[in-house]
Formats: sequence, C-alpha cells, structure tokens
Amino acid sequence: MEAVLIYGIITSMILSLWTVGLSLTYGISGLANFAHGALYVSAGFISWSFIHYTGLPFALSAIISILLAGLLGFGVYWGLLLRLRGIIFAEVIVTFVAGVAILQFLLWKGLYGYEYALPVFVKGTVEILGIPVDYQRLFIVGFGVALIAFLWFFTHNTRIGLAFRGIAQNELTAISLGIDSDWIGSLSLAFGSALAAVSAAVVLPLGLIEPNIGSEVLIYAVCVAVVGGMESIPGMILASFIIGFGQVVTATYWTPRCMTVVPLAAITLILAIRPSGLLGRFKELEERV
Amino acid sequence: MAEEKITYRRERIDRGIKARADTIFVISSYRDILYLLLPRVLPVVALLVLPLILPYYWSKVFTHTCMIALLALSWDLLASIGLVSFGQAALFGAGAYISGALNHYFHLPYGLAILIGIFGGATLGSLLLSPVVRLKGVYFAIFTLILSLLSPRIIESTDILGGSHGLAPIALFGSDLVATYVAVGAVLVCLFGFRRLIDEDYGAVMRAIRDDDRAVMSAGINIYWRKIQALFIASAVGSFAGAFTTHHFGFVGMTVFSLDYSILPLASAVLGGAGTFAGALTGAMILVPLSESLRAVGGLRIVCYCIILIAAVVYLPEGIFHYIARKYHQFERVVKV
Repeated sequence: MEAVLIYGIITSMILSLWTVGLSLTYGISGLANFAHGALYVSAGFISWSFIHYTGLPFALSAIISILLAGLLGFGVYWGLLLRLRGIIFAEVIVTFVAGVAILQFLLWKGLYGYEYALPVFVKGTVEILGIPVDYQRLFIVGFGVALIAFLWFFTHNTRIGLAFRGIAQNELTAISLGIDSDWIGSLSLAFGSALAAVSAAVVLPLGLIEPNIGSEVLIYAVCVAVVGGMESIPGMILASFIIGFGQVVTATYWTPRCMTVVPLAAITLILAIRPSGLLGRFKELEERV
Repeated sequence: MAEEKITYRRERIDRGIKARADTIFVISSYRDILYLLLPRVLPVVALLVLPLILPYYWSKVFTHTCMIALLALSWDLLASIGLVSFGQAALFGAGAYISGALNHYFHLPYGLAILIGIFGGATLGSLLLSPVVRLKGVYFAIFTLILSLLSPRIIESTDILGGSHGLAPIALFGSDLVATYVAVGAVLVCLFGFRRLIDEDYGAVMRAIRDDDRAVMSAGINIYWRKIQALFIASAVGSFAGAFTTHHFGFVGMTVFSLDYSILPLASAVLGGAGTFAGALTGAMILVPLSESLRAVGGLRIVCYCIILIAAVVYLPEGIFHYIARKYHQFERVVKV
C-alpha cells in the first residue's frame, strides 16, 4: 500500500516532467512540437557524449545539452515551422517526421546498449514508510515540483510567458499589441525543447538512453497534456497523478504488461466525454460543435 | 529623364479550352479531346500494364503500393468531410483480423472472408469512431492514433486472436497476377468512384461540412449522421486493404496495426495534395516505391525518407498533384510591370 503511494507519486512526477516542455509549446503557445521525445533522447545522448568524450562533469554537460536542445528547438522553428504556421496538420507531420529522423539517426549511430547510461546526481537510498527509495527518485519529485512552480510563475508573471499564452489565444490580437509572433513562437519552441532536455537530465539516469524512449515520452506527454487540458497547468498535474497512480495500481494489482493501456484508455475516455480535458476551458467551444 | 526600373512578374493564364467554362468543355478538335483524355487515360493504362512488365519483387511492391493508395484514398475521403485520421492502421487492422480470423477458425473461402471483413470492419470502424465524430481537428486525429496504438495492446494482453503470435495458416490467393489485378481494380474503382461521389450533391454536403459545419446544421442536415456514413465508406475501403493484405501474405498479426499503415497513407495524401483523390494516389505511387528503393542506403533509409518528406511538405505544401494540375491547365508568361 505504501509502495503504491510512494511509487505512484514518483511516476506521476516523471510524467509531469516529460509533459512540461510539450505543455509549454503545444499547450500554452499552440505550436506543435511532436519532436519532443526525440529532443529528449538526443539531449540525453549529447550529455552522455560530453561526459565520455571530453570528460566534463555531468552537471556541466547537462547544462550544455539543455542549451543545445534549446538551440535545436529554435532552429526547428525557423527552419521548418515558419513556412507552415497555421496549417496545423503540416506542423504536426513535419515535427513528428523530424523527430523520427533524429531517433533513427541516433539508432544508426549505434545508440543501443548498456554503456549508454547517465550517472545519477546522488547515490544511495533512504527508507520512507518502510519502503526503500533512492535519492535520485526523491530528487525527481523535488525537481518536478520546482519546475512546475517555475512554469506557473513564468507563464503568468513574465512578459514573455504572457506573450506565449497570447499567441495561442489570438495571434492577430497579439500582433496588434506589439508581440512579434514569430520571435515569441521560436522562443517558445526553444524553451520547450530546453525543458525536454532538463527532464532528460533528471529522469534519464534511472535507465538507459534508448531511441525507443523517444516515442514513449511523446505518447505519454501528449496523453497527459490532452487529459489535463492543453493550456492548464493544474490540469497537467492532475492528469499526471491520475495516469501515474493508474499505472502503478495496474502494475501492482494486475499485471505490468497492462501499464501502457492506462494512458491510452484515459485519453480515449477523456476525448469521448470531455474533449477539452479535465481542467481545460478556453477551447471548449471550438473543438466541438 | 529618370531611369525607369523595369520589373517583371509572372502571369498565369488559363488555357483556351478551360477558359470557355470551368467544368463544361467545348471540344472542337482532336487536340482538345487528347488534352482532356490523356491525364485520365494514361494513369489507368499505366496501372493496368505495370503488373505485366514488372519483375517479381517490384510487382510485390506494386501490390503493397496499391494497398497504401487505398488507405490514402480512404484518408482523403475522411479529410473531405473534415475528419483527419492519424490511425488508418486501425481500419486496416479491423479488416485484416476479421477476415483472417474467419478464414483461420471457420475455414470460410477467402472471397467470402474478405467480403465479411469489409462489412464487419466498416461497421466496427464507424461504431468505434461514432462517439467522437463531434471532435474536430487534431483531437479526432489523436483519438484515431490512440485507437490504432491501443488495439495491438488489447490483443497482446488478452491473448485473443492468436495474441502476439498472430494467426498463421490463412488461405492465400490462387495466383499473384490475379491478386495484383484485384488490387489495381480496387484502387481504380475507389479513385473514380470517390471523385464522382465528391462532385455529386452528397459530396457537396460533405465538403460543406468540412468548410462550415454550422452552416450545414442550420440547413437542417444532420452532420453527425453524414460523418458516420463517411466513416462507414472509408472504413470499408481501409478494411478491404487489410483483408486483402491478410490473404496476400497468408498471415495476420499485430504488425497490421503498425505505425507504417497510419503514417504512409497520411504522408501520401499530404505529399500528393489532399482533396482530389488523384493526389493521394500520386503520393502513394511516389512514396512507397521510394521507401523500397532506399533500402540500398541501409541503416539511414528512414532518415533519408523523412528528410525527403519534410522537404516536400515544407517547399510544396499544396501537394504535387495540385502543382502539376496548375501547370497543365494554365500557361505562364513573363510580363512587364
């Protein structure tokens, strides 16, 4: 029982961390970035390469990978999305295909095996309620809370964050108020990609860096974002807790094989019943007649 | 006198035969007849002749291309009513599993199995998707994508229909050539049938629902019922592709739900140009053989393929077919501004 509680919280925080970046670009600024999972994996690969080829400490190479991922997202906007703004399906297809290309390239480079693992920040375990939990997982929970708080503050109290929400709500009005929507859009993509790299630096040490993780991260992030409601941060937290606990309960009391069914079932239900998500408000009228 | 800067611009003019009316042509010479007939007859002849001259391997690829083309046509039909699907694999898989299971467990002859597969798949597809026809845009797309991802998981965890091993001994078609011609025939029937359908009143309502659903509702038409009808037709075509492939390979397994069957039709329709059906066929005829011939590149095959696709979408967002049609129907000249 205690194990379900503790690991439920940890799984939910991992889901939140995966979703934060996608939520910022796709949910809050309305830009499709379906290369999210690929950016996550490549950020992990970049920091691994810096550790192994130049001998930099993990913290430094993680920062470099975050900056590079941000730059990559910036490039994706100006290189690919700029010509396709407003054709939502072309945006989705192009970013998704770009993600597949990145992952396949990494696979071709030989990114497969046990040596591709990032070191943990802190080694060791501690017992909580009689359940052993390692420090890295505790660190993830703390970091996740901090990151979500930062995201909330950023999108509600800074000029750039407000501009992100502005271009999603009504781009023409945003332009008439002096917001350069291309500049803000590319910044949003850069921030989202950097956040993907941040979550990679925190979560990836728990396992191996594999290209397959990319599509998994993308599916989970989309599920959490849609279930919670695209633009709503409280919705995102709620959805990641529902899906996270759902997964842990399924794995404990039924079979771990059915864990992947939980997010898919959740998104199916929510789209059939309440398409704007649990706490989503502002697209309520648009998405259903 | 101040020096004048001469600038040029390109001017597009409709060809004479087109300029007389938009859809009614006045045919006055053999050249006019050829102008109208060539783009319609040439692809048909090419599709009918190709199976005879292609070597064995490429005729297999050709049959596969026809299946992807059918899925792309069914995608395009859904897109014309405003439903964008990311999960054609779900329709494909429904037909494949129904037809395969009937043949495997009940030993029905493959003709009957395919027929039941078509209607069963169409009913199943429209029933499963009917709760979400209210969804628009990317939400419907996500739902179909999730449906195609969820189906193999359900089969895997409940272990029905052969579980993760699939159903192995399934009746094959008697002759490869006949099978190929069945595939080509299906593509042609769908292509010209859909082009006719979309120009009829029925199709006009479909396009109107895509453009402005509220206007159609206020005209007293039940748009959800129309959408379900479109889903039925599109699922029937997708299920036929699945059922055909099952009996072509003699096997049905979880691979029928693979992302290929969702991405390739979508990519074909987008590359070829949505809304004309001919574009979807063009896209499939380019993409599938391209992805086969890229096997020579080895490990980087999918990367090359992705880059070509991105370049096509970014630099030719209207689609290849629309581009060619414009070049065919209009001529350009440079004029002084």
